[in-house]
Amino acid sequence: MPLLTAKDISKSFFATCALDNVDFALERGEIHVLLGQNGAGKSTLIKIISGAIRPDAGTITVDGKDAEHLTPIKSKLLGIATIYQEFNLIPDLSVAENVFLGRLPTKERWPHPVDWRKMRKDARAFFEQVGIALDPDAIVRTLSIAEQQLVEIAKALSVDAKVIILDEPTATLTRREISALFTLLKKMKKRGIGIIYISHRLEEIEQIGDRVTVLRDGKLVGTWNAGDVQINELINAMVGRAVDSTGNEDIRHQRKSDDVILEVRNLSDGRRIKDVNLQLRRGEIVGLGGLVGAGRTELARTLFGADKIVAGELRIHGNNVTSHSCRNSIELRIGFLPEDRKSEGLLLNFSVKNNISLPSLKHFNWFGFMRRTAENDAAQDYIGKLQIKTTGPNQEVRLLSGGNQQKVVLAKWLQTNADMLIFDEPTRGIDVAAKEEFYKIILECAVRGAAVLLISSEVTELIRMSDRIVVMREGRIAGELDRSEFDPERLLSLAFGQSSLQ
Amino acid sequence: MARRFNFNSELTMAIILIGMILLFFVIQPSLLSGQNLENVGRQASVLSVLACGQLFAILVGGIDLSLGSIIGLTSVIAAKGVLAWGLGWGLLAGILVGVVLGATNGMLISYYRMPAMIVTLAMLYFARGIALIIAGGMPVERLPSAFGILGKGSMLGIPNPVFIAIAAFVVCGFVLKFTRLGRAFYAIGGVEETSYLAGIRVERVKVAAYALSGASAGLAGIILSSRLSSGQPNLGDGLEFEAIAAVVIGGARLGGGKGGIRGTLLGVLFLAILANGLNLARVSSFTQMIVIGCVLIITMIVDRFRAPASRVA
Repeated sequence: MPLLTAKDISKSFFATCALDNVDFALERGEIHVLLGQNGAGKSTLIKIISGAIRPDAGTITVDGKDAEHLTPIKSKLLGIATIYQEFNLIPDLSVAENVFLGRLPTKERWPHPVDWRKMRKDARAFFEQVGIALDPDAIVRTLSIAEQQLVEIAKALSVDAKVIILDEPTATLTRREISALFTLLKKMKKRGIGIIYISHRLEEIEQIGDRVTVLRDGKLVGTWNAGDVQINELINAMVGRAVDSTGNEDIRHQRKSDDVILEVRNLSDGRRIKDVNLQLRRGEIVGLGGLVGAGRTELARTLFGADKIVAGELRIHGNNVTSHSCRNSIELRIGFLPEDRKSEGLLLNFSVKNNISLPSLKHFNWFGFMRRTAENDAAQDYIGKLQIKTTGPNQEVRLLSGGNQQKVVLAKWLQTNADMLIFDEPTRGIDVAAKEEFYKIILECAVRGAAVLLISSEVTELIRMSDRIVVMREGRIAGELDRSEFDPERLLSLAFGQSSLQ
Repeated sequence: MARRFNFNSELTMAIILIGMILLFFVIQPSLLSGQNLENVGRQASVLSVLACGQLFAILVGGIDLSLGSIIGLTSVIAAKGVLAWGLGWGLLAGILVGVVLGATNGMLISYYRMPAMIVTLAMLYFARGIALIIAGGMPVERLPSAFGILGKGSMLGIPNPVFIAIAAFVVCGFVLKFTRLGRAFYAIGGVEETSYLAGIRVERVKVAAYALSGASAGLAGIILSSRLSSGQPNLGDGLEFEAIAAVVIGGARLGGGKGGIRGTLLGVLFLAILANGLNLARVSSFTQMIVIGCVLIITMIVDRFRAPASRVA
């Protein structure tokens, strides 16, 4: 009998279907890898198993027992532990205190003070037993990421977790640390613990995985034994059928120009991005693809001046840029539509017109006073041009739908006469009809001579909109595809780091 | 800028205010006598000016705990300045003290990313200490009689401080509603990241907010010193909290981005009339403090019920 089964799990968020009748089973003592593109449904499935989200339909069984109405607490009691990339540790407490958080051993006699000695002893004994090399007294803040991860695993093991879910555990580890982690995971396997392992590193599947499940667009594509399947088959499964890449071919041809608006060479930001070379031309739509965490948003922010450039050259309109800033970008006519429009792109409590004028306060300025009629007129103008559904320039932006909010964000950059536009996941959280409208608008921007950088996790979107696609991986440019080479499999291979399809 | 919202709450506040006036009038008709109104006006003027400054600090998402101490230091420096350089220069020096200390607060808070509460708290001690040292622990006296005109005089039967308070409200309201700077205050208080990405120089604007806040304390200090015709190092103790109360009762949110001059005016009037009315009704000042505490809590509760999803999660 499997350790954990999820049957017919379905979940929708408003109009979007995140999971559609997914089946998943985890055996005792197995490492089961969960694969899929961004948005395929992996995190939704994990959240349902760990009780953070309630499914719309489907059942979960743990050890043969039905697990109804799971909550995080209930799932913990059933022995399910999840270790995310962002740890849930208290940095200023010790390792032992973190492991025993909420259940510190106390002394028998009143007033039941904490028995620190017992806690340390128990922690030491436990670490030896499971084979984790940690100092119980070390303060968590002083530990490396790999060590902190071990604390999280220790936490899970100390409450007798039967199912451990690891979300991208090796993303930030060195080779040696990964190897140490794998040794530990194998030990845990021997003790009968089932591990659900989410990773984008396909090579790890053959190193550590027993079985692989692939999700695509919320549906189960298949489950295989790790040894029975090839990497390119898995990529195929994640991608699906070939995608329609037609769309306005003639307009595309007219737009071509050699005028390079923005160019970077050997760009590094000292944190995520390394050695990036990129050129953006007038009238061109460049898609920027890659997995989450590949560094696309970081690149966008650095190009826009929101984050510092540590090394490399940046040239805008042919001129070398030495000290970059958001203010500088705006003056050089670059616009940036950030990933999270609610917390970075808009002021929700402001009106439509006040949002649109925000980067252009200088322009609506007259000796320090705001030209309010001009502001109002500009807003009306864009409401018309972009067909923004709103009751008027004075309506609070938080009352608009997602698609219309995004239009307001775009309007504010069009107002600055931007001829270089960076879109970071522009159609996220927008319904299908609004998406189509937005695609037309982006194309229109390019037709009018703007250089467009389109960051997207949706392969379909990238293929449809881009003239060429640049793929990032772990902070670097992994490769570039011209329109004639557009192929979802190749895109994903570049994103995952498979240089050749075996 | 949530103006429609403020209108409703301001209307409610105005109605409560009128109700309060009627209630106190019934208890003690001398509330609306010329003499009493003049007293209330003089008292409320100082709080008015201070509340305007505090409003700026709160709008950008911070707070200013040093206003009372800045009043003390302003008082001493203005008085000494008047004795040393003459009336005009002395008063100017007083206001400059406020601007400089306020700007210092602002720079520590924005460029060095220190919490506003701690920075202004430190300034509270710092400024008070300097004031006491400069004054030698004693009031600065024997000032020219012209010094007292600002605080004690009146024109057309209306006390001078009231004119100053009205001017402060008008100017500050104008800045907030009609200028680029005012717009930047609301933007930064609303969502700092969005403002940053829109090219607003967040640090500079924050420094401006605190500099103006300090300047308001400078002006308040001058009015108060003028009334006492002396420079007092201990002046203004605790006034920053009354200013916070006025601003919050007036509908501003401590996280920033919400609030306005109209509301602040109502908040000031509320506190001033409350204190005055309770005084005339012979209610002890201790009970008054309890009342103010309750009013603040009620304001928060009402605000929580009213605001649907106005804060970004």
